[in-house]
Amino acid sequence: MSALAAHTPTPAPAGGDEFHTRRNGKMAFLLMLPGLLWLGLFFVLPLYQLFEVSLQSRYPGYPGYYYRDLNFHNYAQALTDYAPHFARSFGYAGLATFFAFVLAYPLAYAMAFKAGKWRGLMMICVIAPFFTSFILRTFAWSQILADEGFVVRFLNFFHLLPSEHIINTPVAVIAGLTYNFLPFMVLPIYASLERADARVIEAGGDLYANGFTTFRTVTLPMSMPGVLAGTLLTFIPAAGDFVNMELLGPQRGKMVGNVINDQFLTVPGGYPIAAALSFTLMAAILILVFLYVRRFGTEELV
Amino acid sequence: MAGFRGAQGNLRLENVTKEFTDFLAVDDLSLEVPRGSFFALLGPSGCGKTTTLRMVAGLEQPTTGRVFIGDTDLTGSRPYERPVNTVFQSYALFPHLTIRENVAFGPKRRKQKDALKLADEALELVQMTQFAGRKPAQLSGGQQQRVACARALVNHPEVLLLDEPLGALDLKLRREMQVELKRIQTEVGLTFVHVTHDQEEAMTMADTVAVMNQGRIEQMGPPEVLYDLPKTKFVANFVGQSNMGEGKITGTDGDFLVAEVYGSTVRIRKDRTTVQSGNLVFGVRPEKVKVSRNKPEGIGNDVRGIVKDVSFIGVATSYLLEMPSGTTWSVYEQNLDLDRIDLKPGDEAWMIWDAGHAFGVEIEGEQS
Repeated sequence: MSALAAHTPTPAPAGGDEFHTRRNGKMAFLLMLPGLLWLGLFFVLPLYQLFEVSLQSRYPGYPGYYYRDLNFHNYAQALTDYAPHFARSFGYAGLATFFAFVLAYPLAYAMAFKAGKWRGLMMICVIAPFFTSFILRTFAWSQILADEGFVVRFLNFFHLLPSEHIINTPVAVIAGLTYNFLPFMVLPIYASLERADARVIEAGGDLYANGFTTFRTVTLPMSMPGVLAGTLLTFIPAAGDFVNMELLGPQRGKMVGNVINDQFLTVPGGYPIAAALSFTLMAAILILVFLYVRRFGTEELV
Repeated sequence: MAGFRGAQGNLRLENVTKEFTDFLAVDDLSLEVPRGSFFALLGPSGCGKTTTLRMVAGLEQPTTGRVFIGDTDLTGSRPYERPVNTVFQSYALFPHLTIRENVAFGPKRRKQKDALKLADEALELVQMTQFAGRKPAQLSGGQQQRVACARALVNHPEVLLLDEPLGALDLKLRREMQVELKRIQTEVGLTFVHVTHDQEEAMTMADTVAVMNQGRIEQMGPPEVLYDLPKTKFVANFVGQSNMGEGKITGTDGDFLVAEVYGSTVRIRKDRTTVQSGNLVFGVRPEKVKVSRNKPEGIGNDVRGIVKDVSFIGVATSYLLEMPSGTTWSVYEQNLDLDRIDLKPGDEAWMIWDAGHAFGVEIEGEQS
């Protein structure tokens, strides 16, 4: 009898609901905890550390030594000394994004609508490069674009290259950036096209729009979320990249990424400037992205 | 291009066949839909009705055969060249455009200057004016359906195609929209071709119904005729319910054929059967049958069965009876009598009908 009483579930459904909400809240917090810890430890903390470094001053006469300070002059110096590098970074990244878009859209379109049974194979071809290291693939491009490579020899044969070189020029850098970030452009565009309802595109034709008009007024606008995601995923890393410039670019006329790399690793006492450059780059990208999303953003993409 | 778009007249399909790589969707189909009529293509899923519709829209091309509007041969022309618009099953509204822009899409493509004004008028016709500024995702299914209609109607197409446009709506809304669509059709006077698998929908809305099965039209005609006198076993079963049994014709009696069904003698008017001798499938509609406890006096037109189920529905009582062959017949009797017949499951009962209501069709392959 007493055992039976002990097993009687507690009544009061309202109390039960409250219990559930509280437990759900706790559960949600527990589930978020690892992510929050990770973010705090590996993102917020280093970011704060970097910010602190960006405001440090050098000990006069002791190269490589700094003291804690609020030296905003670092930012002024970073901006004045390296303005051309910023311009190049954004210019090259912008061009690479444009070329990647021009190449990726037809590819994604073909994969989504025309590939049929070849779709899987095309997908593998887009993703396969990820199985090799980024650096190795960029090295391969330095071979492809080398003066003895078939591309340059072919173009020179027809006298199509005024400078007779591609390697160690901005052209090579933009080519490398375009190549390396192409999959990041293809995949989101493909995803948005693949998700588009084929009936909606048919409706364009049904409502007196010919093939091109349907593309312009229906298909392209419907894939805009993918285009937006793809351009961001290409532009942001390309603007901060230094590997392509390092391996394919000219000796002079580097990008911001290279300056930051050099200041951190090779210039004695370069830490504060490098940190200030990093922060400036981050802020500039954030502002550009914000303006871009404001201008072209759709509700579907947060 | 203007030639196709200016086509006027009846919609006519001539020996249209559509083969996909692995199956035959539409098999040598010919039909004519008079201009300004409401035509329904009725059939189970996979019967080829949507493929037929898509060939009229130009979204598919027939493998062989031709599609005409009036004297203009539309075969081979592109969807955007045809004076035909479609209301898609999934509505297929442009998600990136507002409701007004969706409706104005067609007029804009046809370079009409007052596209937005036309759109507003069309939205008024479907009573959606207050939603003009919204995006499709912000509307309910029924509202999207109305917009899809407006988007097609605004173009005043020669033929409006409706591909199961009410399929996704709940029953009550579907009944409302059926009345609404019928009203709009009467108002604008366009040719409507409506595809559906709902026989009630087809019958309530259409002037003419074509029942399709396996890529062919089984029977075509006004709903009353289809219901009253089905010409095939498939139609008898698909359009309403039928009580059917296989029988053998044994002779004639004036205007009637005499047949043996389940050991009973039944009569069928000669003009109500597609078979005049040999074996046939005998049929009679459930509401044309009465039940009785005792074998009635008279000259046949009755069969004996065992009551399996009696359900009182209010306006009527529905009986299920098991026939000697094992098939089930149903009887749908209006509750007009003062005292109800007291039948319980397990009882033996007789079913009687007026010989004039019976029909006979051919025994087909094993179709249900």
